[in-house]
Amino acid sequence: MSTINWIYFPMRLAWRQLIFDRTKLMVAICGVLFACVLVFMQLGFRDALYASATSAPVNLDGDLFLMHKQSEAMWRPIEFKRSELMRALGNPAVADVYPLYLGLAPFKNIETKVKRTLMVYGFDPDSTSFRIEAINNKREALKLKDTVLFDEYSRPEFGPIGKLIATNQNMTEIKDYKVAIIGLFRMGVSFAADGNVVTSDLNFMRIFPKRKLDNIDVGIIKLTPGSSQASVKSELEKLLDESINILTYQELLQFEKNYWANMAPIGFIFGFGTIMGWVVGLVIVYQILFTDITNHRNEFATLKAMGYSHGYFIRVVFASALLLAIFGFIPGLMLSLGLYHLAESQIFMPMPMTATKATTVLILILSMCFIAGLIAIRKLKDADPADMF
Amino acid sequence: MQTVIDVQNLSFSFGSGALVQPVLKEITISIQQGEIVLITGPSGSGKTTFLTIIGGLRQAFAGSVVILGQQFIQSSEQVRVKVRQQIGFIFQQHNLLKSLTALQNVSMTLEMNNQLSEQQRQEQAIAMLTAVGLGDRIHYKPDQLSGGQRQRVSIARALVGQPKIVLADEPTASLDKQSGYEAVSILKKLAKESQTTILLVTHDYRISDVADRILELEDGMIKNI
Repeated sequence: MSTINWIYFPMRLAWRQLIFDRTKLMVAICGVLFACVLVFMQLGFRDALYASATSAPVNLDGDLFLMHKQSEAMWRPIEFKRSELMRALGNPAVADVYPLYLGLAPFKNIETKVKRTLMVYGFDPDSTSFRIEAINNKREALKLKDTVLFDEYSRPEFGPIGKLIATNQNMTEIKDYKVAIIGLFRMGVSFAADGNVVTSDLNFMRIFPKRKLDNIDVGIIKLTPGSSQASVKSELEKLLDESINILTYQELLQFEKNYWANMAPIGFIFGFGTIMGWVVGLVIVYQILFTDITNHRNEFATLKAMGYSHGYFIRVVFASALLLAIFGFIPGLMLSLGLYHLAESQIFMPMPMTATKATTVLILILSMCFIAGLIAIRKLKDADPADMF
Repeated sequence: MQTVIDVQNLSFSFGSGALVQPVLKEITISIQQGEIVLITGPSGSGKTTFLTIIGGLRQAFAGSVVILGQQFIQSSEQVRVKVRQQIGFIFQQHNLLKSLTALQNVSMTLEMNNQLSEQQRQEQAIAMLTAVGLGDRIHYKPDQLSGGQRQRVSIARALVGQPKIVLADEPTASLDKQSGYEAVSILKKLAKESQTTILLVTHDYRISDVADRILELEDGMIKNI
């Protein structure tokens, strides 16, 4: 009974004091809600960025990947010799190797004729370089001259390609080179490219006449079943030229994510936004708690004279902070869910509300209110019962 | 009769060094259980300071102050908090918590006592509010009550914990004659029933007839008992 009362009584007093002034309570809740939504949106955009940054590599089918050491990310690769990839075949654990060619090129909208840049992937149609069923099913068709597949998750500015090819209007130009769109697949846009096109390695050379089959952007390595990625990786590091970067599938995803998180300042910007939201919320909650203590100074001093200990008032302040955190977080979560939905439907950004994200924000909000309380309790010292007479 | 307040040679001063301002000088008095003592004197005579030392709200360093068997000179905050829980305080301003109802305000005194159940607390608080004539106003908040009613709630709050001592600082100062007298009469009646000692600082000679003893302070010294 007494341990429950230890926290229950101060919490009840905090609650009664909070609901006494409804206007101030609403302002306080709005403050926490604001911080909550700000943090949710920043984290949402950041995660959407990471998810889109890895939308291409996550769909590559391989065990190890080769890139030039100077390649900062897949969307701006440095070419390296195909012979380096071939040398990897010297390792008995390597089953197959396939080159991948990447290039940014303008794509002409079939209806409006407006050109817009997208990413073109050239792969060996005899391989399963992608984990996308729609691509693998069309490998034979892609062997035909001047055929491409179009990513239907590309931005709508490229035109309603799905509708157009259904009515046989499938001819367009990539880099002023005439191609036929023979099908669709789903991959997703990134910050680097607004759309994606997949074609065979030979068609890629036709679109990019200055490129050579011997200079590749990414090498995909498939290992024999049961071989260890880590040990093959370290063997290949000795075998291949030191300018080659060897990555496992997970490392490739991390590599692409890190580019946006660290090399590009975008990750920093959203991280900074998160911190600013947290700080703004902290200041608002601190202000509310601070004025609350000031307004209740005489009441607290009276209770102190009656025999309440200093710890009781610390618990009252932290209980107020906790209540504000909870009552700000719940509507903040609701509002953010709505905004996430809006972002997904209007600007085609993948913004899922995951339990991890909700928990992260809840912890941030709780820590924000806790620290605000920690700063505010210093003000309690002003409540001196000797001044009450 | 048991001595509940025993003060020997108490001196107290504000400030330090050249700015020392002596407030109380060599005060010696002992007060028995159930006594009602009025403390009067001009402004600045040290009445209120004396009351805050007796109530354990201010630490004194010279002399001896024994309240309910506990020495307050050089005592720790914990010791004084324990004793304060057995003292009822009535302030010049009612000092009720404005966000709480009369009943919740009175219950605050009982919430320090872990032996009671929530229901017992409610019952005792309602009984005490009824005793001060506010049985029909228990769910009113302070700003819905008159000055006299608020002071009666604060008397109920001071007495509900069955304190050994009640300390009151000018409880009638903000009240008109009628409600001031009523409030003090209620205080006296309830205190006599439960053998509670009352120390009452006042300027108000209209209420001097409730006292067993009148203590007059001047310049920090007892002038007349």
